[in-house]
Amino acid sequence: MTSADRTSRRVGAAVSALWSGSAWRATGNALAALLVGLVGGILLGGLALIWGAAIYSLVHWPVGGWGHAVLYIAVVVVGPVLALWAVQGLTALQRSRLRATLGVDIPLGPRAGERKPWPVGPWLAAATWRQLGFHLLAIVTGVGGGCLVAACWLAPLAAIAYLAAGGPPPAAAAAALIAAAGLLLAAPWAARQVTRADQASARALLGPSHNEELALRLESMTRSRADAVAAADTERRRIERDLHDGAQQRLVSLAMNLGMARARFADAPEPVRQAIADAHDEAVLALSELREFIRGLHPAVLSDRGLDAALSGLAARAPLPVRLRVDVPRPASPTIEAVAYFIVSEALTNVAKHAQATRAEVTVLRERDVLRIAVTDDGCGGAVPATGDGAGDGTGLRGLAQRAAAVDGSLTIDSPPGGPTVIAAELPCES
Amino acid sequence: MRIVIAEDSVLLRDGLTRMLTAGGFEVVAAVPDAGQLLRAVAEHEPDLAVIDVRMPPTHTDEGIRAALVIRRQYPGVALLVLSQYVEESYATDLLSETTSSVGYLLKDRVAHVGDFLDAVRRVAAGGTALDPEVVAQLLVRRRDDPIGRLTPRELHVLRLMAEGRSNSGIVAELKVSPSAVEKYVTNIFVKLDLPPTGTDHRRVLAVLKYLGT
Repeated sequence: MTSADRTSRRVGAAVSALWSGSAWRATGNALAALLVGLVGGILLGGLALIWGAAIYSLVHWPVGGWGHAVLYIAVVVVGPVLALWAVQGLTALQRSRLRATLGVDIPLGPRAGERKPWPVGPWLAAATWRQLGFHLLAIVTGVGGGCLVAACWLAPLAAIAYLAAGGPPPAAAAAALIAAAGLLLAAPWAARQVTRADQASARALLGPSHNEELALRLESMTRSRADAVAAADTERRRIERDLHDGAQQRLVSLAMNLGMARARFADAPEPVRQAIADAHDEAVLALSELREFIRGLHPAVLSDRGLDAALSGLAARAPLPVRLRVDVPRPASPTIEAVAYFIVSEALTNVAKHAQATRAEVTVLRERDVLRIAVTDDGCGGAVPATGDGAGDGTGLRGLAQRAAAVDGSLTIDSPPGGPTVIAAELPCES
Repeated sequence: MRIVIAEDSVLLRDGLTRMLTAGGFEVVAAVPDAGQLLRAVAEHEPDLAVIDVRMPPTHTDEGIRAALVIRRQYPGVALLVLSQYVEESYATDLLSETTSSVGYLLKDRVAHVGDFLDAVRRVAAGGTALDPEVVAQLLVRRRDDPIGRLTPRELHVLRLMAEGRSNSGIVAELKVSPSAVEKYVTNIFVKLDLPPTGTDHRRVLAVLKYLGT
């Protein structure tokens, strides 16, 4: 490809850019920014002028006596309030401009200084000053950029007017035409550059700052994680209920029918009796396995009677003596109670499996907004959470830590070789 | 003997009706919820009510609450409560009113027809039938008191007593001599400061009262 080809191709692209949608959108945006910038300039400039004049007059004692002094003081006091409204109003205007012309949504930052008294709070917030900075900048860039883009597009008209005004020397006429054509061809590019700068400064100054953005994201992630944990919990309850109403009842019925058959056909031939007996034993076993499974999913007593009742069942089923102390005057949320229940459940399972303990002690106490759980045993110690490869006997303990972390709780395991082991968890409960 | 059944699953309601009828009992009503149970008891004044714990509308502990109402209004009606899970807190509620003519069994137990019918008869006759799991849970709660002084063997015997077994039942279960069982029972009463007199089930009541239920 020769350089002439390349040049003609470039010119072709520049010419066709004149009709491109993005160029016209950018131009529209630049012109809108020009208008809004003018409005902002008039508003903020006017306010600054009046405010400055009032201060100046106060400093150089007012000639009009006390009546004027009161007026000036009132202006000095009201000024920042009006300026705040102006800043907030202009921010809303600029945001809707960007949405209307470019379809760009500038994310809303956290509400500036909402905890402090108005209007001091907003003026103490960095976000307000960033917005003010944008509006001051927009006076320059908006007006300047808008004028530049308009000038590029209108250059041919100016050239024609120049030519029509009466016989300029041919060289000057040619130069004017070339300059006009160049400016026209540069117009889409200029519009896009102006718009790009406009958009970037709006994002930086009108949108949340990096820290604010992180805080917002953290907040939304915390919320969505809590929702996910609660949803999983609800789902487990639903499955428990479905199994209870469905498979479990059917299995009880089956086991009962087989039990009745076993009693009724006690004098049937041996193979028949044996077959019925086997089926009956099998059904009874399946029933008890299903019951254990459902209890592991979500113990019904936890929803009906709360943590205390559920834990006493847990302690009773443990294969070693468990001393239980529960002092939870105000119940925690169902999700937190479920986590607490499963922590105790898994910890006791762990004690029974690995600790070679003769007894265990479970305490669950609520101290203001924290649920404190401790499971202690007199076993051999040396329990460590698995490191993540899924192997080892600590996977249950690691699962516990994850369950606690999912609700912003913490779990610590103190298990020196030789024991005793203390598994302690703290779960936050909203008051 | 006349029986009312309250169970929300049609399958189990029919099954229980068939089993009890085959066992020689007369099922005068079989209803699906606590409200209808109370009406049926008022209408028929049965000898015994077989009650599922989890029934409509809330599917939590309707059965237990209905049982307590029946016990207060119709003390002559024996109560046999069935549940997919036995829980200590339900048992405590149930036994708080009285400890005679009452049973609390895991639903699984209906699969062992003979044992279940025995339990029905025992409860109807004024005795108790507590699921071994319930007894275990009741004992755990009170482990830090004089019960802790019992040897494991004595604890086992106490559990069997609390389930409603007679001495001969305990002999059969533990495969020891009757005199050995009597010695365990005497030791239990001595250690728990209970005078060793009365029938089997009075002793069970004494134990349960001691357990604070």
